[in-house]
Amino acid sequence: MTLRTGSTTEESRAPAAVPPVRPAPKKKQKNFDGYWPWLFVLPTLLGVLGFYIWPIIQTGYLSFTETGPFGGEEFIGLDNYQTMLADGNVGQALINTLVYTVIVLAGIPIALLMANLVNQPGLKFASFYRVLFFMPYIAMPTAVALVWRMIYNGDFGILNWLLSLVGIDGPYWTSTPGFAIVSVGIVGMWASLGFGIIILGAALKNISPEYYEAAQLDGATKWKQFTAITVPLVTPSLFFVTIISVINGFQLFDLLYAIMGQYNPALVQSQSLVYIFYNQAFIQNDKGYAAAIGMLILVVIGIVTFFQFRMQKKWVNYV
Amino acid sequence: MRKLTRLAPLALVAALALTSCSAPAASDEAVTADSAASISYAIWDENQVPALEANIAAFNEIYPNIEVKIDITPWAQYFTKLQTQASGDTLPDVFWMNGPNFQLYAANDQLEPMTNVIDDGSVDPANYVEVLNDLYSYDDVQYGMPKDFDTVALWYNQAILTEAGVATPDDTWTWDDFHTAAKTVSDNLADQGIYGVATGLTGGQEGYYNTILQAGGSILSDDGTTSGYDDPKTIRGLQFWADLIADGSSPNLQQLSDTPHNAWFTSSKTAFFWSGTWSVAELAAASNTLDLNVAPLPQDEKQATVIHGLANVVSANSANKGAAQAFQAYLGSEEAQTLQAEMGAANPAFIGAGQAFLDSVDHFDLQVFIDEADNYAYPFPVSKDTAAWTSIENELLPQAFSGARTVEDVADELATRMNEALAAE
Repeated sequence: MTLRTGSTTEESRAPAAVPPVRPAPKKKQKNFDGYWPWLFVLPTLLGVLGFYIWPIIQTGYLSFTETGPFGGEEFIGLDNYQTMLADGNVGQALINTLVYTVIVLAGIPIALLMANLVNQPGLKFASFYRVLFFMPYIAMPTAVALVWRMIYNGDFGILNWLLSLVGIDGPYWTSTPGFAIVSVGIVGMWASLGFGIIILGAALKNISPEYYEAAQLDGATKWKQFTAITVPLVTPSLFFVTIISVINGFQLFDLLYAIMGQYNPALVQSQSLVYIFYNQAFIQNDKGYAAAIGMLILVVIGIVTFFQFRMQKKWVNYV
Repeated sequence: MRKLTRLAPLALVAALALTSCSAPAASDEAVTADSAASISYAIWDENQVPALEANIAAFNEIYPNIEVKIDITPWAQYFTKLQTQASGDTLPDVFWMNGPNFQLYAANDQLEPMTNVIDDGSVDPANYVEVLNDLYSYDDVQYGMPKDFDTVALWYNQAILTEAGVATPDDTWTWDDFHTAAKTVSDNLADQGIYGVATGLTGGQEGYYNTILQAGGSILSDDGTTSGYDDPKTIRGLQFWADLIADGSSPNLQQLSDTPHNAWFTSSKTAFFWSGTWSVAELAAASNTLDLNVAPLPQDEKQATVIHGLANVVSANSANKGAAQAFQAYLGSEEAQTLQAEMGAANPAFIGAGQAFLDSVDHFDLQVFIDEADNYAYPFPVSKDTAAWTSIENELLPQAFSGARTVEDVADELATRMNEALAAE
């Protein structure tokens, strides 16, 4: 308290003695650490500028042009965006992408429960389980997709065979509009469970066992301990996993492409945003329109992530 | 300063390297047996590499100092990569081209015309199947050296036909004969899950392009400017497939999506399979190959099949154009194409060189494909931007084949949108 009073008096006296501009440059000088730090971040900075920022600017520019088949572009203003608004397939793709993302997000609570099970003290083969759950995440999406294609096969697949044992006549999972995107979503959820389990498992290990001991002494049940101690303390990791899952969800392409196959009659009703982007850019060679769809994806992910960061204050606990 | 002087020799070397790089660009003059060059040759089919390497070895006996490097890119990425290379002026010197993509490259000045090699007599277009010369000509200038060709015929499984009590197909079969036979198989062998016919309906080459032509309709007008889908005869050609699916003679589109058409046939789950020359190798290696054989397609108003083939083309921006054109011409020679046929790589476009292809699989009656090409083959429909309207076909036609909408309704919308796409070329 005395210190503060001292400094205030000094400050109040200072303007009278010296010109008022003086404190500002002094502060600036203090914050400038020379050029060395820039040199150290330069390799990363160049990579980010060259491979992320510059392509985004280029894509932004291309989205206002009509491109020729072998390069060369002509400025056409907002035409591509007008086409996009009128294109029903883009709206459908946005809905499909959202449905897929929600299904993948539904896997996070499951991942938390499973991480909790795998981290039970004294569990045998704990690392074996961790490896097992993580395998689908590191497997090539195309390989995963091919296996699931066989499982989902309407006539000869194991899923419909199992359903037939209990008297259910299963649908053609990957080629019935409506079912298809959900089928792909389930694979996406299954494949990303391992990622959630590893991240959340690490967070669980950081929780001090003393909290649980204290809770036990107070007579809290296992479930109560889970909801009152575990969940609040892993919210920073939950937040991280949510952000990553949403971004990955919006970028859905390879799983969909490989599971649906090229002969699929439900393809038009089941496209994702990135699928339409790919189709326009590389099959139809309309790179200008594809760039506009790319900008839409960027903006949608940006908005969603922005709101997630705004919302985190309400539910994430940083200890 | 000292550092700079130490770098000076390096700069000199770099400058020399640059000038020596640009030097070969001037080698447009005639190639002789002593000409030295290195050219790249881009293809997509790995199965054909042994035959092409044999071709290159024979080519090097004439031009020992021209080195040819084969560059394989899988089919799925081939044209994506090629387009990127074309945009960056780094196309391979010689590369494979197909019908749907040809006009796009020719119209945008990416390909070297064959005018000079035809004028100096090293290539005679009369030696090749005529529709292929036409397919690879743009504004009456030929750019592509026909390499091989494929026609579509009716593959059948004799064991299934015998079991179902259906006669073996022959060149007198009409659509009705075929439909009745397919329906009989589906009905009689339903307990084994066997269907009459499975054929690829994504893209028309195997199925609906053929029936459209047989019915007397067309996919694209002769001048390539208007759609033929609003012609009642074209609609009749589409209806043929919708009917087969509707009465269970063929698996439905969902079944064909989950299990591809060729897998149905090679697993002995269908009696008939409409497919082309390119299936010969796959069907010869199938486990049920001894039950399989091939017959002409059934006819409606007339007999018809689409014909398509690949061509070797030279990049307009090639630094070694002379060497590249010499190689292109050699690949078209009777010697080179006979060798390809002997090694079972392809059915050669050189008229009369196909005997070796016919002998490549004893138990298939491959003469059918050659007879079709000679008597009633129609060119594969292409325009300047073929991909723009084939993607509309793939978007709309499943609704007609699945019965979700009537064929007339879908064909009407398809014609309208295809005409818009053609007008935009």
